[in-house]
Amino acid sequence: MVQINLWGLLALCIGATYFWRAAGVFIASKLDPGSDLFKWLACVAYGMLAGLISRIFIFPVGLLAETPLIDRLVALGLGYILFFMMGRNLFAGTSVAVLVFLALTTTRSYGLI
Amino acid sequence: MNNPEPDNPNTTKEAFVIGMGEAFGLPALVLFASMIGFGSMALESGFSIGVAIGSTIGIWGLPGQVAMAESFALGAPVIAIVLSVSMANMRFLPMALPMVPLLRGNKTGWKWRYLIIHFMSINPWAAVLRRGPEMKPELITPYFLGFSIVCISSGALGTATGFIVAGSLPFYITVALIFLNPVYFAYLFSGVRQRNCILALIAGAILGPLFYLVSPEWGLPACGLAAGSIGYGLDKMIGGRNGSD
Repeated sequence: MVQINLWGLLALCIGATYFWRAAGVFIASKLDPGSDLFKWLACVAYGMLAGLISRIFIFPVGLLAETPLIDRLVALGLGYILFFMMGRNLFAGTSVAVLVFLALTTTRSYGLI
Repeated sequence: MNNPEPDNPNTTKEAFVIGMGEAFGLPALVLFASMIGFGSMALESGFSIGVAIGSTIGIWGLPGQVAMAESFALGAPVIAIVLSVSMANMRFLPMALPMVPLLRGNKTGWKWRYLIIHFMSINPWAAVLRRGPEMKPELITPYFLGFSIVCISSGALGTATGFIVAGSLPFYITVALIFLNPVYFAYLFSGVRQRNCILALIAGAILGPLFYLVSPEWGLPACGLAAGSIGYGLDKMIGGRNGSD
């Protein structure tokens, strides 16, 4: 594809994403933040995001799919231990999980495990 | 999280600056790093640097950007690419629903809400839902914008960096950068305190992969509806003091 088409494709993709945002604003403009409907919708949004993140761990696509499931889960699990030990510390959990994962994939790519 | 809650802002400018300050730390760092992963992927998929950065600023939703890069690299037809991007970013609809009513307190912001919504991503969204209700209503919008502008800037910077350094990074670094994004969000949501939302998060984490097996396209929205209703319903059933507020 030539460059101009790639920009055209990008414009379509931007529109395809913005559609959901605008639909959300349109519907939400009629909502009252104190209502039960509002609380249920917040739960739906959290449920959807948790489902998305969990799916990325279990069934990733792209580069992440080339790593073993056990590496992803061990890294996440050790991060969780630190996260809760440090009083729900986001930084502690994230850095431990990424470092463990990095260590595992590095040793694997050198054929050590 | 460990750190004490910062004071609530009193003026528009303060709210904007506090939002920027909160984003300028772990959220900006994580975004920068994960967009390095996307930037190098964009180069490999045949994007120009302009399109790579343009997709971060314009689409501003990583799963959709990844879908665009992947299906473009595979040579998929335009309609298929656009549909897969759209499906991958469908979460913005349910995300907007609880956030938008919180923006109503700011008259100017409310007028521009269809523009402001473009800046919504998980980080500022989670921040507004957590801190917004205890803020003066008119200050939520500037707080959100301050937070978002730092996020989108570091995302764009990360994309450019990734595009430039792509190829020179070994597999294990690139994949660790990609891994950073989901782990960070897993812990971010593990810090949520409202019981109904916690229950919805747990249900969603269990149902997400299962529903995906049933239908990769519709599994996610179905998971949101099911998990959200479970969380909301269980919380109502348990009742009691520790309730949803």
